[in-house]
Amino acid sequence: MATVTGWGPAFCPWKTPMADVAMQSPAVKAPTARARTLRGDAGIAWLLTLPAILAYCAMILLPLLAVLALAFTDYEFGARSFRWIGFGNFADMLGDRTFSASIRNTVVYCLFVAPLSIGIALGLAVLIEAGARGRAFWRAVFFLPVVSLTVAMATAWQYLLHPSIGPLNALLRVIGAGTPNWLGSSDWVIVSLGFIGVWENVGFNLVLFLAGLTAIPRELYAASEIDGARSGWSKFWLVTWPMLGPTMLFVIIITMTRSIRVFDTVQTLTQGGPNNASEVLLRTIYQEGFHYFRFGYSAAITLVFLVIVLGLMLIQTRLIDRRVHYG
Amino acid sequence: MQSRPLILDLPRLALLSLAAFVVLAPYIWMVAVSVKPQDEVFKASLSLIPQKWALVENYGKVLATIPVWTYIGNGLIVCFGILFFQILFAVPAAYALAKLNFRGRELVFGFVMLGLLVPYQTTALPLYLGIHQLGLLNSYTALIAPFTCSVFAIFLFRQFFRAIPDDLINAARIDGMGEFSIVWRVVLPNALPAATAFAIFSVVAHWNDLFWPLIVIQKGDLYTPAMGILAFRSVEAGEDYGALMAAALLVTAPLVLAFLLAQRRFIEGITMTGLKG
Repeated sequence: MATVTGWGPAFCPWKTPMADVAMQSPAVKAPTARARTLRGDAGIAWLLTLPAILAYCAMILLPLLAVLALAFTDYEFGARSFRWIGFGNFADMLGDRTFSASIRNTVVYCLFVAPLSIGIALGLAVLIEAGARGRAFWRAVFFLPVVSLTVAMATAWQYLLHPSIGPLNALLRVIGAGTPNWLGSSDWVIVSLGFIGVWENVGFNLVLFLAGLTAIPRELYAASEIDGARSGWSKFWLVTWPMLGPTMLFVIIITMTRSIRVFDTVQTLTQGGPNNASEVLLRTIYQEGFHYFRFGYSAAITLVFLVIVLGLMLIQTRLIDRRVHYG
Repeated sequence: MQSRPLILDLPRLALLSLAAFVVLAPYIWMVAVSVKPQDEVFKASLSLIPQKWALVENYGKVLATIPVWTYIGNGLIVCFGILFFQILFAVPAAYALAKLNFRGRELVFGFVMLGLLVPYQTTALPLYLGIHQLGLLNSYTALIAPFTCSVFAIFLFRQFFRAIPDDLINAARIDGMGEFSIVWRVVLPNALPAATAFAIFSVVAHWNDLFWPLIVIQKGDLYTPAMGILAFRSVEAGEDYGALMAAALLVTAPLVLAFLLAQRRFIEGITMTGLKG
């Protein structure tokens, strides 16, 4: 079970004050937990779990099994019958240009958003942590995009990035630079969407890093100074970077699994265009399933999506088992 | 380090301010454009203050074209409907998993962990089929039902409930309380921080969701805020950025205001529970 629980808060590498309550108390209470109240009347226990079990079966388990089955059929929504076609849908994917564009764009998007949003978040976290002024203020400002309605904010970005009336290009005109059609040209569209993705994710990662930084014992910095690390730069590489290891791993996986689900901004701003240049996985699933009603094919793409997400989680749990503990 | 004089702190503050400006840019222009008349928007000037205010025109147009309050109301009904059932189903189950001994407990918990691995978008196709079969497309039920079982809530509450002393529960039993009232009157009140964190996480996630409402809702009077903006873009506003920004601002405001009032709780809630985000 330990590998799977790697996803739960109990194994989170950071500690917010509140998370402490959740994470540490079970450990502290371990002896009592062993001597658990044995009055446990199985009937009552099942009665208490019954609503959740029924909802789970109806909303998660059965649909999951159904998707697995659908992926191997040619079922179309509204059709009276369907045939089992084995791996036919998966074979079709290989020759599907929309699908290959979708995979490619999703990968590019993730590889753009993850490093940038993580790097920027780490830089900002170190800057915030380096002084006392306005800590809560900065944190709130950078976190704001996380709680903002993505569709609405995407619309605001569309105005900012508008080729002729947008402030960004107005600024570029002033300094005499080129004025690309950010969301309308196939060269720039993924970069623009990726930039919005970075904007969305930085605050989230920042808060995780802040928690990770607060957890680093102050004495380590003093010790590194004795060892000759005078500059902030060498202290960062000597102390902060290795101590942030577990947090970093967690943030990487979280950011990847968040950015692989990009949908709202694409659906709002580009609808996958121009010419499939911003087609992404979730949108392809949506489009194939609920626009063309090819449920079998859409289910097969869903499985690909699921396998990628599970793969990311597997990497995380593998690495967490091996991660180095300091302090 | 903490009490550095302001002058030495300036480079750090300047860098942070620059980054903050980029992050806040869409908000700043959203507010500015929402009070600008259309001709000024199209002049593409960098100035933020309008020469002629168009606050009434822009917001008036939004309110006259789309039922913003209905969308916000729908958003509230859906979010709190989902939250209500999530708590109703998850809390007793989490209590049983944390504090009661029964055969099959490990199995149930195993399924909870399995559920944590599955993004909700995975199950959209069969859920749509089922909801269609039941004739429930275009209903609050379609928007709420698929999210009623939150394995994440079960997991989170279980972690919290394990920390509650058994003595407290035994004392309640000696006082003659049944297991059901123990769950709601003893255990849950002792896990309010977890409940708050989860509530914030859940409301933010579903207020912002677009994927699922887009699939099951076609009727305008059931649109959620996110869908409302999409509809307004395609139907009416097109290039009328003044009205568009006004609409965007109106539907973004409720959560952002709530966030500004309770920042700490929001940040804790979302990052603590964020692994399902």
